Amino acid sequence: MNVSRRGFFKVCAAGMSGSSLVAMGFAPTAALAEVRQFKLAHTTETRNTCPYCSVSCGLLVYSVGDGAKNTKAKVIHIEGDPDHPVNRGTLCPKGAGLLDFISSPARLKYPEVREAGTNEWKRISWDEAYARITRLMKDDRDANFIEKNADGVTVNRWLSTGFLAASASPSEAGYITHKVVRNLGMLAFDNQARV
Amino acid sequence: MTNTWSDIKNADVVLIMGGNAAEAHPCGFKWVIEAKKLNKAKLVVVDPRFTRSAAVADYYAPIRTGTDIAFLGGVINYLLTNDKIQHEYVKAYTDFTFLVDERFAFENGLYSGYNADKRAYDDRSSWQYQRGEDGYVVTDPTMQDPRCVYQLLKKHYSRYTPDVVSNICGTPEDQFLKVCEYIASTSGTDRVMTIMYALGWTQHSQGSQIIRTGAMVQLLLGNIGVKGGGMNALRGHSNIQGLTDLGLMTNLLPGYMTLPGERETDYGAYIARRAPKPMRPNQMSYWQNYEKFHVSLMKSWYGKAATAENNWCFDWLPKLDKPHDILQVFEDMYNGKLNGYFCQGFNPLAAFPNKSKLNVALAKLKYLVIMDPLATETSEFWKNYGDLNNVDTASIQTTVFRLPTTCFAEESGSLVNSARWLQWHWKGAEPPGEAKPDTEIMGSLHLHLRELYEKEGGTFPDPILNLDWPYKRPHEPSSEELAMEFNGKALVDLVDPADPTKIIRKAGEQLDGFAQLRADGSTACGCWIYAGCWTQAGNQMARRDNADPYGDGQTQKWAWAWPANRRILYNRASADPSGKPWDSRRRLVWWNGKQWGGDDVPDFAPASAPEVGMGPFIMNPEGIARFFARDMMAEGPFPEHYEPTETPIGVNPMNDNPAAVYNPAARIFKGDLPNFGTSAEFPYAATTYRLTEHFHYWTKHVNINAVLQPEQFVEIGEGLAHEKGIANGDRVQVSSKRGYIRAVALVTKRIRALKVNGQTVHQVGIPIHWGFMGQAKAGYIANTLAPFVGDANTQTPESKSFLVNIEKV
Repeated sequence: MNVSRRGFFKVCAAGMSGSSLVAMGFAPTAALAEVRQFKLAHTTETRNTCPYCSVSCGLLVYSVGDGAKNTKAKVIHIEGDPDHPVNRGTLCPKGAGLLDFISSPARLKYPEVREAGTNEWKRISWDEAYARITRLMKDDRDANFIEKNADGVTVNRWLSTGFLAASASPSEAGYITHKVVRNLGMLAFDNQARV
Repeated sequence: MTNTWSDIKNADVVLIMGGNAAEAHPCGFKWVIEAKKLNKAKLVVVDPRFTRSAAVADYYAPIRTGTDIAFLGGVINYLLTNDKIQHEYVKAYTDFTFLVDERFAFENGLYSGYNADKRAYDDRSSWQYQRGEDGYVVTDPTMQDPRCVYQLLKKHYSRYTPDVVSNICGTPEDQFLKVCEYIASTSGTDRVMTIMYALGWTQHSQGSQIIRTGAMVQLLLGNIGVKGGGMNALRGHSNIQGLTDLGLMTNLLPGYMTLPGERETDYGAYIARRAPKPMRPNQMSYWQNYEKFHVSLMKSWYGKAATAENNWCFDWLPKLDKPHDILQVFEDMYNGKLNGYFCQGFNPLAAFPNKSKLNVALAKLKYLVIMDPLATETSEFWKNYGDLNNVDTASIQTTVFRLPTTCFAEESGSLVNSARWLQWHWKGAEPPGEAKPDTEIMGSLHLHLRELYEKEGGTFPDPILNLDWPYKRPHEPSSEELAMEFNGKALVDLVDPADPTKIIRKAGEQLDGFAQLRADGSTACGCWIYAGCWTQAGNQMARRDNADPYGDGQTQKWAWAWPANRRILYNRASADPSGKPWDSRRRLVWWNGKQWGGDDVPDFAPASAPEVGMGPFIMNPEGIARFFARDMMAEGPFPEHYEPTETPIGVNPMNDNPAAVYNPAARIFKGDLPNFGTSAEFPYAATTYRLTEHFHYWTKHVNINAVLQPEQFVEIGEGLAHEKGIANGDRVQVSSKRGYIRAVALVTKRIRALKVNGQTVHQVGIPIHWGFMGQAKAGYIANTLAPFVGDANTQTPESKSFLVNIEKV
């Protein structure tokens, strides 16, 4: 007897006991009886932390793409991490929408420049971006770096360029940012902790 | 936070004031609900608005925005006059018995040492203790001396009577007293209150002093250092704690160390000033180890180039002429003193006050570099968006670079939550297009600059050429390498000082904690308070054992908390002076006859017997907690009520001194003076806030959140709506001296008119989330309205309290 899954449920609904049906050998074929594939079954689960407020809820991030050449991992689902001792699997209306943050149309994809006086962005390469930015930095630093103040005291500071750092970036990014920025002599340096 | 999110469940009373956890920190707020459910805790909310936190509170009281010091000063007065303080705690663990300099005085709104021309206290020499011949602070254990801190405190706050509080705050007197009763119910050793606050306390011209007043209430009640207690700052960004710890501020170095000022020319004196000797016998004064932390940092930055001979590159550190905080920097930019500016994941055009001034300032830059996952308003400050950003594009000669960065899901690393937990996360996907992590961008900028300086020479190239750069892929240092660097390592075999035959750590090994740091250049550590996060045993931040063996929510093996994996700061104060827990149900650490131990890592010298009398506040040279802040706060040792810089009542009912209406030490730039409004022109008190569906200026770019809260609105009470003929849903214009926004009016019962100093004060609520870009309906930047003035200590802008007018359009 070859019963389709839908048919199998119809038979059950008609009042017959499902278990006795199976016992009598009237089970549907295995493939047809299987429930719909769980869509996360073939994803990679990665532990992450919500980037919004500092409750810092644990996240489970599910992505497709197995790391093979020519595949690119893409996040398809995010939920609260039930093991996390603070949020215990829950997320708020902000955290629950994180998938749309990752795929926001406002995500920047390429280095761009807006030239002085113009009204549009122009795509440039990373090499060009680094070369032009560091040229501007060096010229400004060389011209305006203060080695000694009016009293002849060594102060070694550069005040004509400033830097605002990101308090949603990892500590490792913060650490290397501080190392690089302070090393140039910058003092106009802050992050969102000031707000 | 002194405590942790899950520790909130141990509280008997929760006071939410200056924050709105239910909407801004919803998943953390669940621990308040746990406390109510498990502990029969009472939730008390004091806020200008009846928020969703208030909606589930046991008691709610309204308050006029910016008057929290008056309210809390009144609470202090209530606790002292009704004898609702934890006597043994305050006597042993605070400065109650310390005698204060005879010259210290407070008169008609001002402390001694004020210079009216400079609008600053330039002589704080009287804000000190009396010292004995032995150099120690003189105390009076009887606390009868009129110069002891207890007596001065009592006198200062005796002026904050319930009727005075009610007159300033607009809180009806009976409601104020009801809140006092809830708070006072935790004065015994068997009941504890926690305080939860956020930007509703920080974003004022006297924000730091508001927070101090809250901490003083907690000290009086013996609620600091205990389970379910503490002062708990609900911080705003996922790693704002981390970036603060790592010192990315104008005047800081990692681990709350500070940069030298330009008068500090001598290395030895620089260290000595930051390593204070104990002010009382047998106290620890942990900052005496400052040089160990500092030298280890310099070894992490400059490697072999940092030597004892060159004072560990002391001259290479920039010396401060003054703090270059963001308000100062935008003032300088406005005056044409800056050429370049970088915004890494920061949207200052939306986040900082007085947008029109910021627009002018940014247009004076030669170059602006944006590093962000999203297209921010700041990155398009030059583009005309009609009324929302009305600029003349062609005249703006700034070259703007916009570099795409990864977001959380596309990078690995650690984030530090409000409770000081360093939690590791892993990359789950590739970034879009050519976006790169900030670590790679910063590495590449450094390497490009180094190459230019090698090739061309230039001004003072030494630090650039010598910056230690040991990363395996120099252009993209990995998060793992950087985390290991800020944890710290041994540079030579470290010999145990107690036993020279024993090696503590071999050269190259990761350190176990900051106790192993040395001042002789034999250790490197990029952030001393993080020492222990990545030891020889591996990445402690990645730990995922959520076991809670004591059932108190401390989960010691989940991630890693600074310092030393300690979950509750000042936890020595959870035990009485003899080392016995005040409350056996809430025991945390205690003296077992030989050493300190317990549920948490003791915040104390592990073998210091109680008889020695070491105080629990080991970072302070006094060994105890301070009510009297000495010379450390810009506007005085005791918090005093001052009106917001823009006040709806025009006077300060606490004095009749025209110099002390608003914070007499607040920094106001001359050019901004005409940009402050008065109540004659702008009669309503405005405050800004977040909605539960949005996060700052990010989620207007997120489809689902833009759908949930699509359009800009402002909230007004029914009384004001009636007066101005505004109906729910009408379009209104809200204006301040600095500009205007237009939005939909939401007429609500949640904001009510208050009776203040004999007049009716209406308040206007302004959610902040809109801007001229994004998926949500385009709107005005709310900070267009806010004033360009900050807290006198932190220079955090006064975005929570200013004057507006409102008209139907």
